[in-house]
Amino acid sequence: MFSSFMTNAWVSGTIIAALAGAVGFFVVMRGAAFAAHAIPNGAFAGAAGANLIGVNPLFGLVTFALVAAFGIGATSRRTKSDVVTALALVMMLALGAAFLATSTEYEPAVNALLFGEILGVSSSEILPVILLAVVCGLGLAVLYRPLLYSSISPELSTARGVNVTVIDTLFLVVVALASALAVPVVGALLTFSLTIGPPAAARLVSDRPNRALLLSVGFSLLTLWAAIASSYLSNLPIGFFVGTLSALVYLVARAWDIGRTRRFQRQLA
Amino acid sequence: MHWIFEPGLFSNDSVRTALLLGAMVSVVSATVGVFTVLRGQSFAGHALTDVATAGGAAASLAAVSPLVGFIGGGIVGAGAMDAIGVQRVKGRDIATGVVLGAAMGLTALFLYLVTLQSATTGATQLILFGSVFTVAPSTLPEVAMLSVVVLVGLVLIRRPLLLSSISVELAAARGIRLRATGVAFMVMLAVAVGLSAIVIGSILSTALLIGPPASTLKVASRFMWAVSLACVLGVVATGLGIVLAYDSYYWFPSHRGLPVSFFVVSIVVIEFALASLVGRRKLARAVVVQHDPTKAPEQVGWV
Repeated sequence: MFSSFMTNAWVSGTIIAALAGAVGFFVVMRGAAFAAHAIPNGAFAGAAGANLIGVNPLFGLVTFALVAAFGIGATSRRTKSDVVTALALVMMLALGAAFLATSTEYEPAVNALLFGEILGVSSSEILPVILLAVVCGLGLAVLYRPLLYSSISPELSTARGVNVTVIDTLFLVVVALASALAVPVVGALLTFSLTIGPPAAARLVSDRPNRALLLSVGFSLLTLWAAIASSYLSNLPIGFFVGTLSALVYLVARAWDIGRTRRFQRQLA
Repeated sequence: MHWIFEPGLFSNDSVRTALLLGAMVSVVSATVGVFTVLRGQSFAGHALTDVATAGGAAASLAAVSPLVGFIGGGIVGAGAMDAIGVQRVKGRDIATGVVLGAAMGLTALFLYLVTLQSATTGATQLILFGSVFTVAPSTLPEVAMLSVVVLVGLVLIRRPLLLSSISVELAAARGIRLRATGVAFMVMLAVAVGLSAIVIGSILSTALLIGPPASTLKVASRFMWAVSLACVLGVVATGLGIVLAYDSYYWFPSHRGLPVSFFVVSIVVIEFALASLVGRRKLARAVVVQHDPTKAPEQVGWV
């Protein structure tokens, strides 16, 4: 499991999980679940397109994720946002399907793109992945306070002079970059599970932002490490483990939360 | 017209089946979709398509009819989302997201097992992105029956459903059972999603569900008018999509046709863009009328 060819899997997995946990915390805080689901699917179309014209898949992933993010960000302010998100999402997926239909890609490669592949990041890609992850991390660190503030109360933060629109767009850009990194490993359809399950669990466990953020990163790391290990041992696709383990983490946290509320009520009574 | 309607288009049996199926499915999706958009449940509708995907993949694994899998999966998903709490607006997206994520995990497993089990390639693309040309004509009666069931069901619960979609408080004040109405609607949504999954693929059935209704709600301000227009837009998108996909076989020297779902989704998105342009001014007026609290919904023509 820890042999040399798995080094990339562990390194890239750790980076992706830490980033997904941090980004996901804000996704949950802002209720941006649908956008966070749509953007990785945009990235899928990008990877399929890059394959078709023969450029680096990472380039396609980043470009299309950014297009999806800006598309959702720009139009959602004017109209009912989840309708636009839904349409952007299916358009991106349909484009991906068209790219796949015209290319000579064989089935396992398509499955890997949709459902993940633990060896999805090659040695030559690990450096760009680390660089992009650092950019994302720095972006989140800079945005941390205004992002948190505008997540909790958009009105108050506007009054304090925070430009909510700019913050919103910058946040979607960070989501896009993080998604582009996660898609080759976790898969376009499962990246979302990682950005929603562990962070939602963390929010149930702690009400304090800093602690919840750290918990979110921790849960996300545990989920992905467990997924990589199980996938390696069982030879089943990593997406299966990421999807079900993320949901499991949430359900455990939910049960714990219900138990805590009951104890609290009993103390009061 | 030779270049639009390629020779042999209408004498081709699978095209005729496809057009019939497409028309029925579009009407059901558009009608259910109008309520979905009004209720702000686009994300739930989309999540059901993902759960239906898991069902379709399981059906493919167990070698039963995909229609059974898509609809069965959708109904199970609707139940799970109800149990975990999609009815409450607060935290609704998170509950939806968790169910969706778990369903995609299962889809990954089932599809992987399918590729191990059989030598036939393309199961993934077939389930996710659909292929209406390969649907057996024998499924037509099943689809027709289910379409009628959903439409009749919707007509039966039309009034409580519409009222609870527009104003939960008003509906509760009039003694409408909100939870029962919501669950009945989710089941119909699941069936509609399952039906459109066989035409444009499970993860793209959101397009037919959300696209035409969202477009018509931008231009129409009366309920029956909105439903009829949504049906027309849906049928046009699938019909044109099927014809273009058939033609696309001749577009490239390699004779690799583009998928039907790509054309259908593109047309739906173009329709939405046009409707947004037309409806921008109209919408501003309509919103004022609809939300006038001094008028009962009947008076503004919505119920």
